[in-house]
Amino acid sequence: MTEILSFNNVSFSYTPDNPELRNAVQDVSFSINEGEWIAIVGHNGSGKSTMVKLVCGLLFPQDGEVRVMRNVLTEENLWEVRSNIGMVFQNPDNQFVGATVQDDVAFALENSGVPYTEMVDRVHSSLAQVKMDKFLNHEPHHLSGGQKQRVAIAGALAMRPKLLILDEATSMLDPQGRDEVLKTVRALREEIGLTVLSITHDVEEALFADRVLFMNNGQKYAEGTPSEIFSLGDKLVEFGLELPFAMRMTKLFKDNGVLLEGQHMSEEELVNDLWTSNFNK
Amino acid sequence: MDIKLQQVSYAYSKGTPFEKYALFNVDLTIPHGTYQAIIGHTGSGKSTILQHFNGLLKPSEGQVHIGERVIVAGKKAKELKPVRQKVGIVFQFPEHQLFEETVLKDIMFGPMNFGVSEQVAEARARELIKLVGLPEDILNKSPFDLSGGQMRRVAIAGVLAMDPEVIVLDEPTAGLDPRGQKEIMDMFYNLHKERGLTTILVTHSMEDAARYADQIAIMHEGRCVLNGTPHEIFSDSDTLEKYRLELPHIVRFQRKIEQLMKKPLSKICLTEEELAAEVAHALREGRDAK
Amino acid sequence: MMEKMIFGRYIPGESFVHRLDPRSKLIFVFAFILVVFLANNIVTYALLLAFTLLVILMSRIRLYFLINGLKPIIILLVFTFFIHILFTREGDILLDLGFLKVYEEGLRQGIFISVRFLVLVFMTSILTLTTSPISITDGIEVLLNPLKKIKLPVHELALMMSIALRFIPTLMDETDKIMKAQMARGSDLSAGPLKERIKAVVPLLVPLFVSAFKRAEDLATAMEVRGYRGGEGRTRYRQLKWDWRDTLCLVVFVIMTALLVFYRN
Repeated sequence: MTEILSFNNVSFSYTPDNPELRNAVQDVSFSINEGEWIAIVGHNGSGKSTMVKLVCGLLFPQDGEVRVMRNVLTEENLWEVRSNIGMVFQNPDNQFVGATVQDDVAFALENSGVPYTEMVDRVHSSLAQVKMDKFLNHEPHHLSGGQKQRVAIAGALAMRPKLLILDEATSMLDPQGRDEVLKTVRALREEIGLTVLSITHDVEEALFADRVLFMNNGQKYAEGTPSEIFSLGDKLVEFGLELPFAMRMTKLFKDNGVLLEGQHMSEEELVNDLWTSNFNK
Repeated sequence: MDIKLQQVSYAYSKGTPFEKYALFNVDLTIPHGTYQAIIGHTGSGKSTILQHFNGLLKPSEGQVHIGERVIVAGKKAKELKPVRQKVGIVFQFPEHQLFEETVLKDIMFGPMNFGVSEQVAEARARELIKLVGLPEDILNKSPFDLSGGQMRRVAIAGVLAMDPEVIVLDEPTAGLDPRGQKEIMDMFYNLHKERGLTTILVTHSMEDAARYADQIAIMHEGRCVLNGTPHEIFSDSDTLEKYRLELPHIVRFQRKIEQLMKKPLSKICLTEEELAAEVAHALREGRDAK
Repeated sequence: MMEKMIFGRYIPGESFVHRLDPRSKLIFVFAFILVVFLANNIVTYALLLAFTLLVILMSRIRLYFLINGLKPIIILLVFTFFIHILFTREGDILLDLGFLKVYEEGLRQGIFISVRFLVLVFMTSILTLTTSPISITDGIEVLLNPLKKIKLPVHELALMMSIALRFIPTLMDETDKIMKAQMARGSDLSAGPLKERIKAVVPLLVPLFVSAFKRAEDLATAMEVRGYRGGEGRTRYRQLKWDWRDTLCLVVFVIMTALLVFYRN
């Protein structure tokens, strides 16, 4: 297994001169291997966004180290590291640089000096991957939020990144836009085995991940598969998150005296359990 | 105070080559004290319609009744201030409207524009800051030093401080984390219940509409295609599908369970609690029958 | 009112003029502005006017729309025309109403100045109406490229301009939204004495600046993460293509200039 990214005892403070304020990120360690989807969840202000900035070298840790492709991230290898990472930010409008869809996708390619003919190929193929190839010449203000985010994904894909980071990329979208973006990411994982790190407070999004990192007040509170994390139950609610729909329903059913076997993450499981525990007897 | 739209059409850039109709012949009556949801996709005309509720936009055709006031297409509407005081609008991302040096001054801005005295405005600010769930000492801070969620609450307090009879909410929870979303929605619902505030929620969330609204109107391509109680709206999933809208998650889940039980539940459940109770009840009945 | 203004707007299309390379259009319009001043008699002015009408025709932009959109400028034009008629007192008297005398030279000057003004406004409008702002930026960047030698940051200026253009609609929307939000809170931007109105602009400007800075910050981060390090070593995705139309266009221009020189007094 190839390691793509790791945090080793990383701490960061925006106010290092004032030790009374807590660190934005406190002693966090984790790693992502090739092909994995990791979700970092936590309420607003839990340190999620600071972690993203540490990954792409917008900030450097005061303690510990961030490794990308096994190399410690430093000022020297910063630009090389960035060319391996694709990022999609929260606000669809504020990351659209180009005048049209195709110009925007080409932006990173232009920056790294890719020759013209290859650029054309890559722009077209990555837009096809996110199903935006019919919108080549559209201007950003004529696109929906979900479409803009898909263009941002295409812009990242064009660079053939080792890691795609979604920094609350769905939080400003309507439900339709959110579905579009998540479907796109899932399809990309199946097609090209893309490694994904998503920062989110949307639990339904976190359910798609292989592993979930649960952040609270700058610290890693827990790490595990979605079912391990969500079995923490009320602890999550206490920290400002929600439980997935199926888990909320399971609990309510049990409270109302409906017979059920276990805890359920997905609706299918819950429905099956309802069937076996109540009808199939 | 009732709000009534009669045959309202609205065109942006009317009379130019860029003319574009956003509303066609919309009829909608929102009686006093109702919690009305308006649902539709982006571009369905939702945000255009909401600007008619306090005269920010004047209809290109038709007329809008806001309480006693009538705004008629083609006629000059003067002195809309009283209307704007009675109908408060919380726009999407309302934190973008903050501008004063302190939170207190920003909350007082609205009421003082409508001629409320400084003392009264300040008293309202002190009361409302608690209502929106913030500590009173925040009043002396600059709004730009607050977190996103806190700014949102301050902006909401700023609209409520006008003491409106009708409150219009445009996606009031967009971008908040789950706890923040629930707190804000519950707060508005309590205001609606306790003070009888007419509430108009413009949203694309079927879930919120199902949970809170008395009446749901569906907008599609500039037309108001459906208006009815949640039970009426959600019992007709084929029609919703025609407008590319999904049933709320909870109703879809109920349908799955009904397939399993091979018989419908006695009613459409709009909240998770309601559904759990209803299923438990149906199962008990089933067992008793055996 | 603003909605009807077309000065500086772009209307997409597929006409001959639309498909010209922005470089040839830019060269053409700038040269045209200079050449206009060669005209000094009826034949040469007629030539300019005819040529301008031909360009409008080829751009397939409706003349009615053009005139309607440029109304404020045309009012200015009519005004200049009358100033000339009233204040030039040379040549024969054409019309004598007692209190007002119209001289031949006045009429001539009035017409000439108006035609000159009109063709200039029409030509520059046709440039912006048929060329997307981003193409104009591309054209300017390439044309100014030689100035890099004297350390003019051509690439940076062009990028700045293209980002500014890209964000104009976004910020216009934003302005509209903030204005509506403050109006809903009872602020009145359109009435009252000047002092009140200036005060009413603060609630609009502060949020607008805050949001513009936030956007700028986000955009800078996004650009940095996407590997932007200035113009050095960058390739270009937007390629300009010079074809026979552009050469033809410049040839026609040379012929027109020759005719102007030939027929002028």
